Amino acid sequence: MRVFWPVTLAAAALVGLLAYGVASKGASTTLDDALARGQRPAAPEKALPRLGAPGDASLADYRGKVVVLNMWASWCPPCRAEVPLLQKTHEAIAPKGGVVLGVDTQDATANALGFLRKRRATFPSLRDRDRSYVHEFGVTGYPETFLIDRRGRVAALRRFPVTRQWLDQHLPKLLAEPA
Amino acid sequence: MRVLAALVLALVLAAPAAATPRASLPDIEDEVMCVECGTPLAVSDSPVAQQERAFIRREIAAGKDKRQIKAALVQQYGEGVLSDPKRHGFGNALWIVPGLLVVLGAAGVAFALRRWRGRTPAPEAAVPPPLSPEDARRLEADLTR
Repeated sequence: MRVFWPVTLAAAALVGLLAYGVASKGASTTLDDALARGQRPAAPEKALPRLGAPGDASLADYRGKVVVLNMWASWCPPCRAEVPLLQKTHEAIAPKGGVVLGVDTQDATANALGFLRKRRATFPSLRDRDRSYVHEFGVTGYPETFLIDRRGRVAALRRFPVTRQWLDQHLPKLLAEPA
Repeated sequence: MRVLAALVLALVLAAPAAATPRASLPDIEDEVMCVECGTPLAVSDSPVAQQERAFIRREIAAGKDKRQIKAALVQQYGEGVLSDPKRHGFGNALWIVPGLLVVLGAAGVAFALRRWRGRTPAPEAAVPPPLSPEDARRLEADLTR
């Protein structure tokens, strides 16, 4: 049988491109795998605009603190439900060197600010308008929460809304660790 | 003369308004994605789609044109809000590959046509020599048997 090489090569290139496209759209489970092995991988850091305040900030600015990093959006119903717990947590851990840091994704600024104001949430938030930052955490839905230790490493993650039980299970140990 | 000048002036003043028609939600919905669902906004009804629609309506009410509204959407939701593929990273492939396929297809057709035209026609089967009188008689005899 005759093989027409240009057509074969073009078809192979197209299949390769398709495979790459599908693979690059998949969610990363790197953090989940590392935590399952008992490791604490370094948390991705990126300067993002502050929500409702001038300038940028990143996780690096919170080095030395335990950070409850919460990915949220104002259009996400489960995010609304967990804000009161996050606010209480923020108030409780602030004197112990902890902070709740929100990352508002794919959201209109006015809606996001209204969302926090309505729930009297005072914890700071950053804006990840195109989801590029939360993608580095393998986020596929909202809300998702990551506990970052004082050295900027991911110590625990939750791919669902947070619960008091989950926070109580991890936060006291992390707050007790030295910087 | 004055009437003519007034008419020309009116046309000149009206021209910018005619060049930038008023934006409408259905027109913009076709070119915008629901950022969370990954489907065109026109066919999405999720909470984020509703929020995007409300945002567009506010921008229309503020008197912005389509280009300005799309720019504002990108400012709020990122480049992924536009239905056009991104012009960087893997998104480049979506712009390049179709054009490349058209060029390769045209080259393939041209190549095939050239080969087809260049072929010499197959020689016709040689006509057998006529039968000798003896063979013709025998054939006739066999056929009438």
